[in-house]
Amino acid sequence: MEVFFAMGKYAAYVWPAYGVSVIGLVVATVLTLSAHRRAKNKLAALESAR
Amino acid sequence: MASIFEFANPTRFMKLSGMLLPWLSVIAALSLIAGLYLGFTAPPDYQQGDTVKIMFIHVPAAWVAMMCYGLMAVASLLSLVNRHPLADVAAKSAAPLGALFTALALITGSLWGKPMWGAYWVWDARLTSFLLLLFLYLGYMALWNAIEDETRAARAAAILALVGVVNLPIIEFSVDWWNTLHQGESILRSGGPLIAGVFLWPLGLMALGYTTLFFSLWMIRVRTEILNRRARSLMMGNA
Repeated sequence: MEVFFAMGKYAAYVWPAYGVSVIGLVVATVLTLSAHRRAKNKLAALESAR
Repeated sequence: MASIFEFANPTRFMKLSGMLLPWLSVIAALSLIAGLYLGFTAPPDYQQGDTVKIMFIHVPAAWVAMMCYGLMAVASLLSLVNRHPLADVAAKSAAPLGALFTALALITGSLWGKPMWGAYWVWDARLTSFLLLLFLYLGYMALWNAIEDETRAARAAAILALVGVVNLPIIEFSVDWWNTLHQGESILRSGGPLIAGVFLWPLGLMALGYTTLFFSLWMIRVRTEILNRRARSLMMGNA
C-alpha cells in the first residue's frame, strides 16, 4: 500500500494531477446537474401557474 | 406556425438526448472505473517511472479539449450560415466544458513536465498553442457575457470561434513543425501505436470515459438552456 501511494518517487506529481482532475470533473458535473434541476423546477412552476 | 417550426428541432433534441443520456453516462462511469483500475495496476514505465500514470488523464483531457473546440466551431458555422435554432445553444454550452478540459490538460501536463523535463512550463510550440486554446475559450465566454443582445452576442462569438479554428492544426502539428520538448504523436500514427498494450488499454478506456462524460455534460447543458429559453418565452407571454 505504501509503495502504491509513493508512486515511485513521483507522489508529489501524480497525486496532485489526479486530485485536480477529479475535483474539476466532479465540480463540473455537480454544477451542470444543479443548473438543470433549477431550470426544470422553474419551468414546471411557470407552467403550473398558467 | 413559425413558433412551432422553431420548436420542432429543440423538441426532437430533448427526446433524442433523453434517450441517449442514460447510456452515455453509464458508459462514461464504467470506462472511467475500468481505466483507473488498469491505470493504477499498470507497471511503471521503464523511462518515465510512475509519472506515466499522468498520461492516462493528461492525453484524454487534451483530446477532449481539442474535439470540443472543433464541435464548437462546427456549431458556430451552422449558427452563422443556417441559423439553426440549436446551433448557438450547442456552441455556447460547450465552451465552459472546453475551458475546463483545456485547463486540466495544461495542469496535468505541467505536473508531468516538472519531473520529466525539469520545468513546470516551457514556452514551446505545443504548450503555447494549447495555452492559446484556453484563452480562446475564455474570450469566447467573455464575448457572450459582454454583449447584451443575444442574437448579436451569438454572431460575434461564432465569428471568434471560427477565427480560432486555425489554432487546432497548429496544436496538432506543432510537435512536427517545431523543435519541441513535447513528445510527438505516439498513438494514431502510421505503423501502429508506439505505446505498449499495458498502457494503451487504460489510456483508451480513459479517453472513452472522458469523451462520453463530455458528451453527457454537454447534452445536459444544452437541455438546461432549452428549458431556460422556454421559461423565458413563457414569462414574456405572461407579462
